[in-house]
Formats: sequence, structure tokens, C-alpha cells
Amino acid sequence: MPRVFLSGNLKKLAGGAEEIDVEAADIRQLLRVLGERFPDMRPHLEQGIAVAVDGEIYQDGWLEPIAPDSEVHLLPRLGGG
Amino acid sequence: MSTAEKLENGKFKWVGTRPVRPDGVDKVTGRARFGADLFLPGMLVGRVLRSPHAHARIKSIDTSKAEALPGVKAVVTRDDFKEMPSESVAAGEMMIDYRDMTRNIMAREKVLYDGHAVAAVAAASASVARKALKLIKVEYEVLPHVIGVIEAMEPGAPVLHEAMFTEGVEPTPDTPSNIAARNELGRGDVEAGFKKADIILERTFDTAPVHQGYIENHACVASVSEDGKAELWCSTQGHYMVRAFCAKLLGMDISDLRVTASEIGGGFGGKTIVYLEPVALVLSQKAHHPVKMVMTREEVFRATGPTSGANVWVKLGATKDGKITAAEAVLKYQAGAFPGSPVGPGCMCAFAPYDIENVKVVGYDVVSNRPKVAAYRAPGAPISEYAVECVVDELAEKLGLDPIELRLKNAAKEGTQAAYGPKFGPIGFVETLEAAKSHPHYNAPLGPNQGRGVASGFWFNIGGESCATININEDGTAQLMVGTPDIGGSRASMAMMAAEELGIDLDKVNPVIGDTGSLGFSFLTGGSRVTFATGKAVIVAAGNVITDLRERAAKIWDIPVDAVEWEDGFARPTSSNAGEFDPLSLADIAAMAAKTGGPIAGHAQINAQGAAPGFGTHIVDVEVDKETGRVTVLRYTVIQDAGKAIHPSYVEGQYQGGAAQGIGWALNEEYVYGEDGRMQNTGFLDYRMPVASDLPMIDTQIIEVPNPNHPYGVRGVGETPLVPAMGAVACAVEHALGTRLNELPMSPPRVLKAIGAIGEAQA
Amino acid sequence: MAKIHVTATVNGDEVEFLCELEETLLDVLRDELHLTGSKEGCASGDCGACSVMLDGRLVCACLVLGVEMEGRSVETIEAMAAGDELHPLQQKFLEHAALQCGICTPGILVAAKALLEKKPDPTETEVRFWLAGNLCRCTGYDKIIRAVLDAAAEMRVS
Ligand code: FES
Ligand code: FES
Repeated sequence: MPRVFLSGNLKKLAGGAEEIDVEAADIRQLLRVLGERFPDMRPHLEQGIAVAVDGEIYQDGWLEPIAPDSEVHLLPRLGGG
Repeated sequence: MSTAEKLENGKFKWVGTRPVRPDGVDKVTGRARFGADLFLPGMLVGRVLRSPHAHARIKSIDTSKAEALPGVKAVVTRDDFKEMPSESVAAGEMMIDYRDMTRNIMAREKVLYDGHAVAAVAAASASVARKALKLIKVEYEVLPHVIGVIEAMEPGAPVLHEAMFTEGVEPTPDTPSNIAARNELGRGDVEAGFKKADIILERTFDTAPVHQGYIENHACVASVSEDGKAELWCSTQGHYMVRAFCAKLLGMDISDLRVTASEIGGGFGGKTIVYLEPVALVLSQKAHHPVKMVMTREEVFRATGPTSGANVWVKLGATKDGKITAAEAVLKYQAGAFPGSPVGPGCMCAFAPYDIENVKVVGYDVVSNRPKVAAYRAPGAPISEYAVECVVDELAEKLGLDPIELRLKNAAKEGTQAAYGPKFGPIGFVETLEAAKSHPHYNAPLGPNQGRGVASGFWFNIGGESCATININEDGTAQLMVGTPDIGGSRASMAMMAAEELGIDLDKVNPVIGDTGSLGFSFLTGGSRVTFATGKAVIVAAGNVITDLRERAAKIWDIPVDAVEWEDGFARPTSSNAGEFDPLSLADIAAMAAKTGGPIAGHAQINAQGAAPGFGTHIVDVEVDKETGRVTVLRYTVIQDAGKAIHPSYVEGQYQGGAAQGIGWALNEEYVYGEDGRMQNTGFLDYRMPVASDLPMIDTQIIEVPNPNHPYGVRGVGETPLVPAMGAVACAVEHALGTRLNELPMSPPRVLKAIGAIGEAQA
Repeated sequence: MAKIHVTATVNGDEVEFLCELEETLLDVLRDELHLTGSKEGCASGDCGACSVMLDGRLVCACLVLGVEMEGRSVETIEAMAAGDELHPLQQKFLEHAALQCGICTPGILVAAKALLEKKPDPTETEVRFWLAGNLCRCTGYDKIIRAVLDAAAEMRVS
């Protein structure tokens, strides 16, 4: 199962868990499952976050696949000047 | 030759060359039209009345005398903008809240900074407009103000927003404060990490807010028609963002607002949000005339976004041989009058260049009575990385190690888990350090009162949504349209990629920036994304053109499309089995477009993923005049990974420009406030940006570690060059002086104070 | 308000315009004559984006009043190219990529041309000090200085 790493505020919203396993085959599923498991996290997920799958950072990339052995990090949305 | 083969043996026809940019002649003849250069029939002049107070409640606004002045066609105040519920959307740098945005463009309950807009007029001439502003009576109840970030965080400080309760702390405080949010990131166990250290350094740094300093002031022309449809011309990094913001603030359908991006005279992040645009639209709507608004330089300084000033605490622990065992930082960033400083990315970037097991970073987003910050080149990163680089330098000094060696010992590589979470893909940090170590500059001798500094920097770079259209004209030339304004030569790189893919000459490709009515949504020019993301869209669009061209050739030859290949600008049969046909050029096929199905075109609409981070290392030599405190930059070298430089001259230009901005940030630039909370240095004479005689030539070296997620290997280059500059300059000055300042800017009074030449009070 | 009638020579042509007392030469050029090649970056003489030649002397158009123009002659960036032929400075700026956003470019070109007329063989330091009144925020000046030196070299040969 893909392993999801949380830090900062998202970690708090997940009850302090730093790593959790989430059954998801793509980013959309991941966000849905997280939202179901941690309803308080939903506004953050909806506001837009970046998802790093095996080091590759995706923003709004709903359909990007996640492999069973993937390492996933949730990050704040990135911008720039 | 396929792109992969070309990359393999470096046989590009256009990519990597240095042609003259397509818009060049217009820009050296004065023909190019920037924000303030448009004139429409019947156009009025719009001007803004701004608050003379840093913090005050608006008790009343009386516009009747102004409205009665002959020549005045419209006056607007807070009453002309509707209340917006709190709703966050992604803007250039981070999330913005429409509730705050509508208050920033026109004050509602309170003015929150010197220069905050309180009213605006549209009049037949500039002089009438100015007179009208003087006739507007605003009754203020002046409130105590707070400017500095530390002061704003103190209990008992004047509170800007009565409903602001710090987010991100448990439990949520029950009294309001100026601390909008606290965030935290980290991994490992910093306590345990510091226990393993042989040496621990703890330092605190202060940096002043600095302005992006684009030479072109904000400008726009709005024209609203009686049926509610509107046209807007403006200087912006992203006209689709302007459209979204204005439509939202004014309650318009997005399709009713057509925005054209003028040529843009610099942005650096500062032109990613709106100031004048919604005001001009409302004025035009009320006046039934087009309205042009142009800021003065003073208005730009007082009322548009600088980047945060900050207070940063850094703690690093390392073993004797220079391995960093733990790193901790607390960042306090000014957001200006509304929440939303770039402290988030500041936290993520602080230790990103290094492979450190135990990291903890805490950030505070703090409001105070200053203009709301806007993005500025790698927003947030230059501040935190400056502080960390200075401590890394001191660590090397204390351990008796070469600062580049120390960095090499700790440098992030492919597979390193970044301090902010995920693992890095292929990156070129080590390559920049190795190049710096062996650079002649690094090993050149220094004279008396001279010092050398080196520092590195990291920035994410982003991708995002971009559209591109290539229309093949009847004569075989190509019309290329993209939706990202060209600030620094991107038309050239876009056209080069299109020519490379299509296999035609560069001068047959004419690139233009489409308005919002001509092309689909494109995210703004920012985040170092254009060459990567819009470039990717151009390549996909060119691929679609080629598919179309092959189909047309197949029809002309009456063979299956699979039997046609596109190579170096010609359609050819894949093998002689397909038949004997003379190759068809793009022009040949274009001439037969009508007979084979109509116009030939390719379009792409993508959300480009896989932007790869940028790393750079700077070397700088300075000389300090110990009598005057003046610092002279003697020599400067920028080394940075570009992935692949499409047009190397413009990549070098980004490196040089970023370094120059960093030198200004390090040595001179700052906002100076009086006791009354008003900005005192609102012009270029006193807000001192580097001029030609302040700088040496800026040497560059482009490293190319390809980004696997771009067909040519491109990674963004625009923002990273600013990041290492302040650390490098600071360390150089400190080595020359033999003492650490830990404060920016290192202006003459501060340098003199540091060497004890003058007392605290004079500095 | 009563406007003042002024007759002046602009880029070789005699022009007449009406201007208010408070209007600068830069306002007149841009807003009355629509010669928008001269830019306003500060209106206080600090950025050089408005550089023009007034009776053969380099000035900031934002520091000259429109009414002072009576009987005088001004040359702007719009007159720098001779027909299809770009001035060597313009050509070198293109070749050296000496502009990014391009807002400072007209002013810098006008100022550099004034320098080369006075001093055909300037040193790097002389170019840097001559152009110290022209702000560029994008380039770090490196490519600008190189382009000016290269143009000077080429102009000396021809
Ligand atoms: S506009 Fe004249 S010097 Fe800046
Ligand atoms: S090129 Fe942008 S200010 Fe000079």
C-alpha cells in the first residue's frame, strides 16, 4: 500500500500521525480517502495542496498514478514570483 | 532526427543558440507598447486618493465637492465595491483571500498602511483629477500603528484585524493578534541530532523589506461597455489571473472581461496581483468612458507589494569533520497589512540544499501596518536561505573547513530526502559546487580590506497550466500564440522550440502573446515556469501540427498516414515500400491545405507537471572602505543548473539580473519609516537600487543537468539566481571586516556600527 | 485652465502643442504627441527612462517643463534608427541580449548615444558612470555595458 508522509498542520489534523498507509491508485483517490478518514483535513485538501509521488511534485494532478510501493508527501501548494 | 537523438548528440538547430529575439526591434526603437502606452478615444485619467495614515478608522468619506468639479466624470470609494466573503484562491505566490483583496484595492473599515487607497476619480485631464482628489474629504480616527515584525508580535501591540486569531496553534487563542498563522515542518529528532554535534551555532538575523523595483510603474486602461462587457489592457505577469480577480471582485462573468497583457516593464513577482485594474473598471463603468490609470513611483513604493522584512533564528549542529547533524530555524515574516507572507516556502527552502537527518522549522506569518507583500523572485526563499548560508559559512570558519567543502559534505543529491519531505530527482547542486571550487575566481588572490563570500541557493520552480496554438499560414510560416506575458525574452525561446520541433527556420515562426479572448487559460509568468511549462505546451502543439501535416501528406500521396514520417521540416515516405515520392516541405503542404481538409493548426492545453528544482552557487569579492562604510563589489560569479538552456543569453541574463537584485538587497535597499508610520524613502534617490557604476561584470556559468520531465531537459532559471546572492555578499563583507553583521542591508551606517566606528544611535 | 501654445522641433519636425504649466516635456511627448518611446519610471530624474536630447544635450524629459520647449529642439528614441537602418547601438543591444523587459532600453540607448558622440572610445568604467543615471532592474548591466563597448568599437571602424 502506498505510504503517505504528513508534516506540519496536516500531521496535526491526522491526529499526529507522521506516516500512514492509504489505499489509492491515483491522486484523486488519495485525496478522497484522506478526506474521508480525516474530515478536518478536507478544507486544506480542497484549497489545493501539492502532492509529491516518489519525489515528483504534482499540483492539481488528479489523474497521476500512485504505485502500491510509492512514497507520497503532502506539501503546501507552491507558487513563485 | 528525433528529439531524443538530438539531445544525445547535441545536434540541435535552434535550441542552445543565441538568435536575436523576435520582439527585439520594437523594443530598441521605442515602438513596443507597455502599460502606459495605450491611448483610446475619449479616454479619461484615473487617479487614486491614498491614506496619509498608517492605521486609522475611516469615519466618513465625502465626495460631493469632487463630483461637482467640472471635468470629473466618476468618483469611487468603498461603497462601489461589494463585500466579499472570505475565500482563498491560488495566486502567484500563495493563497489570497478575496475578502482581503477587495480591502487592499480600496480600504473599507480602516486604512491599514500609509498609501492605502481610499477613493479614486476619473477626470478629463490629469490636473482636474488631481484637484478632485484634494476635494474629497475623508474623516479618519487615527489609531496606533505598528511597523516592525517583532513589535507586531508583542502582546499589547496595536491589532490590525480584530478577528484574527492565530491559525495553526492548539488551542486557537481567544484574543486576536497580528500573528496570522504559525506553521511547522520537520523530521527526525533535532534534540538527538544536536546531541551528536561537536559544535552548535545559534544566530539571529534581521532583513528589511525590499521592493521588486521594476522600472515600469503599474498601469492599465479599462473600457466597460453599456452591456457590461469590458476590455482591460494592463501591465501584468498574468492576464488570466487579472481576469479572474477582477471578474470576481466585480461580480462579472469571466467571458465578459477580455484582458490584454501589454508589454511588461519588469515584474519579479510584483505584478501577479491587482491594484488599479478593478478600480479602473469600476470608474469606467460609472463614467461610461475608457479610463487609464498609471501609478507614480511614490505610489508603487507606498502601496504595492514589497517582499517581507523578517527576523530569522537559525541553529545548526555539526560534527568536527563538518557533517551537519541537526538544523532548526524560526522564521518571522512580515506579511504587510493582510496575511499571506511567503513564510511557508521560506520554511520549506531554508535547509533544502542540504541532506540533514534532523530538521525543524517554525514559521510565523505576521501582519503590520505596511503594504501587503507580493511575490518577489523565489518568494520567501532568499530570506531564510540567506540566514542559513551565513551560519553554514560561520560553521566552516569555526571548523577550519573550506566553505565549499563543507557544503559538498552535506549537499543534497539525487535521492536525498529534502528537508521539506520528498526525495530529489536528478539535480545539479553538487555540480555547481564543484564548478565553483575549480573556478579561477574562487582561487584568485585578495587584497587588503577585501573579502570573498560564497553561498548556495535552492528554489522549487513550478509548472502549471498553459495553452499554446500554432497556426500554419498559407505560405508555410507559423503563427505561434501563447498566454504567458514575455518579460525577459520568452518569445524567443518559445519560437526556438517551435522551430526546432517543426524543422523550419526560426524566422518563419512569429510568436505572439494572446489575450484572454484569443487563447485558453494560462497561469502567469512566474515561478520560473514559462520556458518549462509553456515551452512544453508549445512542443505538444508542434507535435499536433506534425500529426496534421503527416495526414495531409498521406492524403496528397494517397498512402496510409503510418507510411509518412516528419523529419527536419519535410514529410517523407517511411520507406520505399510506401512508394517513391519527393519530400514535401511544410510550405508545400500548407499550399494545399484547402484541398486536403482546410487550415492546418495544432493546439495544446496542458497542466505541466514535473518542474525540477534549481540550485545555484555564487562567488563574490568585495572591498570595504572602513572610513565611509561603503562596500564595493569587485567581482561576481554565478553558477547555476539550467537543465538545458534554450537561449543561453537570456539564461545568463536571469543569472546576472538576480545577482544584481541580491546585491541591492544585501547592501542598500530598505523601507525607511518615520515615527508617524509613513514611508520616508518613496523614490529611487533614497530607495537605492544598484546602478551601473555600482557593479562589476557578472560572470556566469551554466550547468546543465537535464530535467527528465521536459523534452529538452529544461528547468526554470528565473528565480534561483536571487537566492544565494545575499548570503554570498554578506559573507564577503563579513570576511573583509572580520566580524559578522547578521543584518541586512549592510549599508554604510551599519557597516560602521559593526566595526565600532560609530555608535548605535547614529546607525 | 488656460493652456500655453508652444512651437518646438521634435525629431526634426516642427510641432505645435498646447500644454498646461505643470506638464513636463515627458508628459507632452507621451500624452500630447503620443511619442511613447520615452518612458516614465520615476518623474524625478532618478531612473533615466525618459532620457532625450534637448538641443544636443542629454536631459531627463521629466525634469523639463513643456512650456520651456518654445523654439527648442528635442530628439527622442523614435528618431534613433535611420529609416530601416538601426543605429549600431540598437543593433548591438539586440545581438548582446542587452535587454530583458525593455522598459529601460530607450533611455539607455539615448544616453549611450550621447556618450559615444562625446567620447567615441570610452572605457568600461566611463560607460558605467555615464549610465549611472539609467536604472535597469533586469539585466545587472553586464550585457548593456558590453553592447555599448562593442557598438563603440564598431562605430570607430566605420
Ligand atoms: S522618469 Fe525621468 S528620470 Fe525617471
Ligand atoms: S531590461 Fe528591464 S529594466 Fe532594463
